This record gives sequence, structure tokens and C-alpha cells, in this order.
Amino acid sequence: MKNTLKNIFHSPRFVVGFIIFVALLLTMIFYPIFNPGDPLERIGVGTFAKPGTYFSMYDATSAKTETFRLADAEENRINALLTGDARTRMIDWMSRHGDDVAGLDPADTGALMEAWGRYYEDVRLSGMTNADRVYFRRLNNSIVNSATAEELLVMEEDPETGDYAQKGTISLTDYVNTKDVANVKTLPLGTDNFGRDTLRELVSAAGVSLRVGLIAGIVATLIGLSLGLLAGYLGGVADDIIMFITNIFTVIPSFVLLILISYSISQEARGASLVAVVIGFTGWTWTCRSVRSQVISLRNRDHVNLSKLSGHSMVRIVLTDILPYIASYVVMAFILQVSAGILSEAQLSMLGLGPKTTETPTLGLMMNWAMLYSAHTNGSWWAYFPVILTITLISFSLNLMNTGLDQVFNPTLRD
Amino acid sequence: MSEKARKDYTKGPSCLKGIGLTRSFGIGDKKMFAVDHVDFDFHEGEFVSIVGESGSGKTTLSKMLLGLLNPTEGEILFQNKPRDISSHAKKREYWKSMQAIFQDPFASYNVFHKIDSVLLDCINMRGGQNLSKQEKFDMMTEACSFVNLKFAELTNKYPFELSGGQMQRLMIARIFLLKPKILLADEPTSMVDACSRATILDMLLQLRDEVGMTIIFITHDIGLAYYISDTVYIMEHGKFVEYGKADEVILNPKAAYTKRLISDVPKIHEEWDLSTVELTSEL
Amino acid sequence: MGKAMLEVKNLKTKYVTRFHEDVYSVDGVSLVIEEGRSLGVAGESGCGKSTLALSMMGYYFPPLHYMSGDILIDGNNISGLAPDTVRKTILGSEIAYIPQAAMNALNPTAKIIRFVEDVIHAHDPKKTKAEIREMAEERFAILGLPKMVLDKHAVELSGGMKQRTVIAISTILSPKVLIADEPSSALDVTSQKIVIKLMRELMEKGYIRSMMFITHELPLLYNVTDDIAVMYAGQLVEVGTAKEMVFDPIHPYSHGLMGSILVPEEGTRGTNLTAIPGTPPNLKRPPAGCRFAERCKYAKPECFFAAPPEKKFEGHRMYRCIFGVDELRDIYKKEAEQQ
Repeated sequence: MKNTLKNIFHSPRFVVGFIIFVALLLTMIFYPIFNPGDPLERIGVGTFAKPGTYFSMYDATSAKTETFRLADAEENRINALLTGDARTRMIDWMSRHGDDVAGLDPADTGALMEAWGRYYEDVRLSGMTNADRVYFRRLNNSIVNSATAEELLVMEEDPETGDYAQKGTISLTDYVNTKDVANVKTLPLGTDNFGRDTLRELVSAAGVSLRVGLIAGIVATLIGLSLGLLAGYLGGVADDIIMFITNIFTVIPSFVLLILISYSISQEARGASLVAVVIGFTGWTWTCRSVRSQVISLRNRDHVNLSKLSGHSMVRIVLTDILPYIASYVVMAFILQVSAGILSEAQLSMLGLGPKTTETPTLGLMMNWAMLYSAHTNGSWWAYFPVILTITLISFSLNLMNTGLDQVFNPTLRD
Repeated sequence: MSEKARKDYTKGPSCLKGIGLTRSFGIGDKKMFAVDHVDFDFHEGEFVSIVGESGSGKTTLSKMLLGLLNPTEGEILFQNKPRDISSHAKKREYWKSMQAIFQDPFASYNVFHKIDSVLLDCINMRGGQNLSKQEKFDMMTEACSFVNLKFAELTNKYPFELSGGQMQRLMIARIFLLKPKILLADEPTSMVDACSRATILDMLLQLRDEVGMTIIFITHDIGLAYYISDTVYIMEHGKFVEYGKADEVILNPKAAYTKRLISDVPKIHEEWDLSTVELTSEL
Repeated sequence: MGKAMLEVKNLKTKYVTRFHEDVYSVDGVSLVIEEGRSLGVAGESGCGKSTLALSMMGYYFPPLHYMSGDILIDGNNISGLAPDTVRKTILGSEIAYIPQAAMNALNPTAKIIRFVEDVIHAHDPKKTKAEIREMAEERFAILGLPKMVLDKHAVELSGGMKQRTVIAISTILSPKVLIADEPSSALDVTSQKIVIKLMRELMEKGYIRSMMFITHELPLLYNVTDDIAVMYAGQLVEVGTAKEMVFDPIHPYSHGLMGSILVPEEGTRGTNLTAIPGTPPNLKRPPAGCRFAERCKYAKPECFFAAPPEKKFEGHRMYRCIFGVDELRDIYKKEAEQQ
């Protein structure tokens, strides 16, 4: 036993898979400690806030300021204002206007600003819509404003009289330390379509999905193992009956069965655990088939015959003379079943047949939400890409562990 | 032991008798007989060899004799009474009188169990559950010393820590503890080195002489069968083509198959005639 | 004395286990096979006889590693050659090897002629298919194999036929040395006899110029090879002609082995079979003294400390024991009389 464990950890594949899996598991356990709260809490009102650090503007106005004179402050400000798209449109405007813009590099902010300041006028050029004219007017205003306004006034409305009183000023050179701002929120993966912290949701969902996978794996392995043992050991009529059932389950595509069962259970009753059981119930067939074939080859081994001759009962022979020989195989099949269970849940949820949506997030549900709110078309990669990556990592690590175990237990693959 | 010292066991009372014993597989056109209506009569204390090449049906026959496989036809008489193994309890009872040693010692053990458990099983089967630890230990030590093994060195070991010869001897120790009426030895020496073979054969003969066990020895090696047995049955395609006392069958074979089998085995004192071989005879 | 076709000088090879332990399976073997002669190697399982066969081809791949010694084929030393050179220029044309399960090595999806083409193309890529077929048909006809075998798949042939086909293909380039490792052990006695006859014909017709035959079946060896070498724990303990080895073995181990021979002949029944108690030493740590000392009933205290030298006697025979030849013969004679 000790030797086997040592062998297992000598297999590089298993070790890599194990490390990835344990890292994921530790994240699932410890992240909620650092970032507690309901993973489905809607912290944002809008949809798909970008990843990054947010701090409260309200708190910032009353925070202690420092004055810094930074040489590139002006340029940075304009850079933040002018996206690549705005720059090309500006050059386009100037060339339509008949100005000499040949050799003007859109990335060169200084030259672009100089040319724009020289040529821009608020007219509608041929081939331009009115909306375009408004766009350029606004763009010009913001450029002009960023350069001209030295200070912003912060006003406060008197609730009784409705008068505004100056509360303070913010100058171009004022800086606030984020530590002095009372409310700062870092969202490494932004928010999703409901304004929920995507990372916190993802960690929680990965945990739930793993639980779904484990339950599905246990259910599938238990059913497959017991039927496979019975069919293989008993043979004859019992084998025929069990294999008949197994074949029926095999020829009906399990995913169709899964959809039908899920559909017939009402949305309200569909918790994560129930979905897991349903997945396990449709996925046991190949465990059963392979356990059966292993048992058949073991059944005629001499040590089983000897055990029979020693008068042992059937239950005892199956449990002590057959099960230990296929245990490593069953463990490997179990790992694959877990992996398959996680993927099945994701597929079901993508179709909207997963666990009910209001209580617990799962990886599949997150994908489903991202898809429904077209995260993939509006560029909100953070809403779906980390989810895909997590699913991939989980099944990759499980599969690595499986092939690692195979290397250890299957002598023909040893090098 | 010399030839004269051997008692004639071929005349003793019948111990295991088969009448028209048959086992077929498949149905209809694909039906084939692994064992095809064989009759035999093994006597108490007799050392019987069943000689056959691979595919002759000797393994199927041995499984039927052991009660691990049901015959499709025919009956087996155990001590002149029809053998009844219809329930698990009756099978257990039969297996107290009928035991086996198999060909591959490496496959005969459950590698997850310690050696002690193999021997303890035998003591329990003989009704020794209530014996004290010391008594059990003494019994196991005695059985091991019968096969020239030291139980004190083996206890708490796993089977794979032993050599093939040691494993096979431990199988004989198991038989020594059980003392069945009949022992079926299915090629017990074919996977064991020549040097250990003699030891195992001697122990089998000793079991026969001391306990009066009937030994059914299944083998493909006609030289070995001749050396050790009183009676030889030659099996081909599920049938006994010839049987009789070892000297008669081997030195004066009647059936063509027996003659061919003997002529095809390399010899030491006689010329091995290669000219009888027809090179294109098979495809 | 004929020309030496295969000469091995103090060959040492080892296995490296998964746990990086060295197993010295062939530990200083020297032997000569002359032109037109065959040598049989006998010994218990695990004595290193199969490793010796693998080692003699000069083609090493893990876990087998070459340590030292020379292998000369017709005077050319092949022990230092690169594996690729050995594979392209030596294997098949100079030295051929038939493993025990050779018949299972045939790819079931290809016809037999394809294997012949592969073997010949590895050494002579210019040969056309028609030439190869002609060559194969001629050789098959001489060896008494039906030529229609060439157009069959391996699965259509019986075990004995497959093994004979493999032997015919392996020797199609007429190698100087054929090494056969238990070529007939998996077959029934009739097929075995046919295979043996085939190998005899190969020798008689000069398609192979020397042969090494490895088996644990002594009666077979006696009938197949001219000389017999007995191997024990990685070393040869005795070499002599087949007749001498079977009827007058000198080394206590060979004496024990020969005493365990069983054949269906008058007079063998009721004789005493020799048993050698104990197990061979662990080749990870070979004993310093005589390797057989622990199991030898004649061992003296010094046997356990000093490795016995290789002794030559009667011109061509060799054995490895501290006792003298006459001393051992006397002991055996007295033992035989006592019974």
C-alpha cells in the first residue's frame, strides 16, 4: 500500500494533475475567507463592469490631497480621452476637410493635437451625417476642456433652500492616495451581467460544480460497479439481463436522456444535488461494461477457483478476491466520471436545464448567463473566459491524474 | 523409492467414477464438445495422470471433476454414490474431499492476503475455528515443515515475496492441512524449475502414501506422467483414446495418437526420429 | 577445429530497474561457437540465459545496458558499434534472433510477404518486389514451407506454422549466427518437432552457419545441439558436448539438472529424481564466493569466500568449481551405488 502510494507520486503526470487540482481546491476553500459574502450578491447596478480597482468618487472628493506636478499628466489625460478609434476618425475628418495630413502618425498625440487645433471647425462635411458632426463637436469640446479648465468646483446643495454652496475645488494637480479613500473595491474579474463580483461567483461556482461532479461520479460508479460485478461474476442469465439494461442505456444517447429527465423535473425542484444524481444515473453504463469485462477475466483466475474450493461465499469472493484487483481501475473510472459529471452539468446548464438559477452558481450557469447577455459579442471576456478556463483546468487535472494512475497500475504502459 | 516398493493402488475401491461425462459449448451448428462422453474410474490412493495437449479438453474435465463447472450430460459417482453438489452447503462438503493445485502458482494466490490467511482458511474448513492460537500455529508449522518450509519465516508475508517453487509447495501444505480424499493437480510443475519439480512430485507421492489420497494429475508432459503415475489416461479432442497402467500405455501404446505423442517427445537413450515429420502437414 | 563464427569474451551486461538498482544478469560469459556447430544454453528461469541472448546481438536498449566484454562475429567485433549501425548492418544479415513469442510479433493486418520485404529492404533497399518474391519462394520451397503462405495473413496460420514462417523470414539473409530463445516452448510436441526439424535443415543446408539454442528443456537440447552450456546466476558453470553433458556432468549444478530429466522411456520410472533445494542468489548483490555454494551439498567453507576459477579439462570442456574432475566423478559414483 505504502509502496503503491510512492509509485503513484513517482508518476510526473499524476503529480502535475494533483498539484493543479489541489491548488484549485485550496482556492475554493480559502478565497471565501478573504472575500466573504454571498457570491450571488448584486454589488453593481449596471452590467459587465470591467476588471480593475474601483474607488468611490464621493469619498475621493473629501480625501486629503497632495499636489504633484507631473510632466506627462496632460498627455496621459488626452491619451485616456482619445481611443484609437477616435484618432483615426480625427485624421479621417481632416483629410475630408482637405487638410494635409499625409505623414501624420495617429499615435503621435502632440502632432495630432496641433493639427486638430489648427484645422477643426464646427461644420458638416460632405458624406457626414449630423450625428457625426455632433460626435466631433463633443470630442473637440472635451479636448478643449481638458486643456483649459484649471479647476473643478465641488458644490453642495442645501436641502432646504436649494442653493448651492461651494464645498471645495479640485485642481489639475490634485492627487489622492487610494489608501485615504474610504471605499475602494478591487474586482479582478469585474462584474457579470447582474452586477455580481465575477471572481467570487466563479470560486463558489467551481466548488458547487465539483460537488456536482463528485456526487455524479459516486452515483455512476456505485451503480456501474455493483451491476458490473454482478453481471461479470454471476454470468449466465443475470449477465444477459444486466447487459440488456446496460445496452439500452448505451444506445439511448445519455445526453438526450439527461435533457428529458431534467426537463421533467420542475425548475423549482432542480437543486444542484438532484441534477448531480440525474447526471450520475445516466452515466454509469461504461463503468458497468468495463468492470464486467475485468471481472470476467478475473472470475476464471486460479485464486478465485481456490477461494471457491475453500468454501467461501459468493459475497466474500466478490469483495475480497475480485474487488481489490479492480480497485485501482475503479478509482480511475471514478475520476473520469467526476470529470464527465462536471462537463455534463455545464452542458445542461448551457441549455438552461441545470440547477435552478436563484440559489447557487455553477460553472454551467455562469456560462449560460454570459451567453444570454451576449458577453461574447460585447467584449466582456471576463464573464465567460475564466469560467471556460476553470472547467478546462478541472477536467485537465482530473484526466492527468487518471493517466498518471494508469501508468502506475497498468504494467504494459510502464517505461 | 524403487518400483517394487510401490503398492498396487489400481485395484482399490472406486473413489471417483464418471459415466458418459460430457460438456459442450455453444448451440446448433456451432456446438462443440470440450469433453465428449468420457468414462473413467479412479480408485482410492491411485495416482492417475490425464495426458493431453492444449485444446484436448483436460482443463474442462478437471473443472467438472472439481464441481466448478456443471456437466451437460453424464454423471459423476463419488465413492460409488452420485455426487450431489446442488447447494452451497453440499458443495462445501464435497470440497472437503476434493481439492486442487493449479498450474500457475503466481495466479493461485490472492495477492492482497497474507500467507497465513490461506492456511487459516484450511484449518477453519476442517472445523478448527475454535482451536487456540497456539494450536493453529502448530498445525500451520507442521504443514509447512511437511513441504520443507519454515512457517516462522513465512508468517505475515505476502505471496509475491516467495519464489514460484515456494508458492507451489505452500499449495501442497494447504492440501496437507485439508487432507482431502482426492487431489486434482493441474500441471502443478509446468511453471516450476526442473530442480524444484522433483521436490513437488516427491511431496505428492508422499501425500498419497501417507494419507491414501487419490491424485489426479493433469499434464501435457508424457514423460512426467510415465514417471509418476500408476494409471495413465490419454486424452484427444475431448475423448480418452487410451488408458491403462503406465507401463502398458507408454511402453506399448495401442492408439495411433499415443504412438505419435510418444514419438514426438525428444528422448535421451533412444534416437529421436525426425524423419516422421511431414513438413507441409499443417497450415 | 573449425573457424569461430561467434565468439564472446567476458561479456557483462546489466539491467537497471525502475528504482535504479543494477541487476547483473550476464556477469562474465565467454563462449565460442565454431562454424557449422550449435550450442545449447540451459538453466533455470532467471539465470540470465535470455538476457545472454539479447546481449549477444550488440543491440542494447533500456533497461538492458552493456558493461564490458567483446562479441566477435566471424572475427568482427560488434560490441562497440552504435545501435543504429548494429540494426542496419548486423541484425538479420550477420546475426538473427528468434524470441519465444516470435509468432505473436507478426502484424495481423499485413501479408507474410510484407515481412520478407521489410527484412530485405532494411539491408538492400534496391531489391524489387519480384526479386524478393522469387527469393522467398525459393527459400520456402527448400525448407518445405508451402509458398502460398506468403500471401496469407498471420492469423490464418496455426501456431506451429507461424513460428516456422518467422524462422524462415528471420534467416532469409543467411545470417552467420542464429540465436533462438525457446522457439518451441509455446508449441505442442508435434509442432515442436517440426520446428526443430526446420532448424536442423537450416544448419545442414548452410543457411545459417552456427546456432545458439536456449531452452530449459534438457531432452530437447540433447537432441538439437552439438554442445551444451549450463548457466547459473549469470555465469556459465559448465560447457561440453551434448552427450558428455547429459551422461557425464561434472559441475554439481549440472549434475542436479541432468538428474531431473524425465523422458517416456523404459527405466525412467521409479528412479530417483534429483532435487536441488533453495533458490538462486539475488543478482543485485551476487555472492563473493561460488554462486552455487549455498545450494550445493558438497560445498566446503572456502566455497563461500573464493569465486571458483574456470577450469578446462579433456581439451574442450570447461567447468567452474573448486573440486577436481575425478574428485566429483568419484562422489557421484559413490552416491549412485548407495541407492
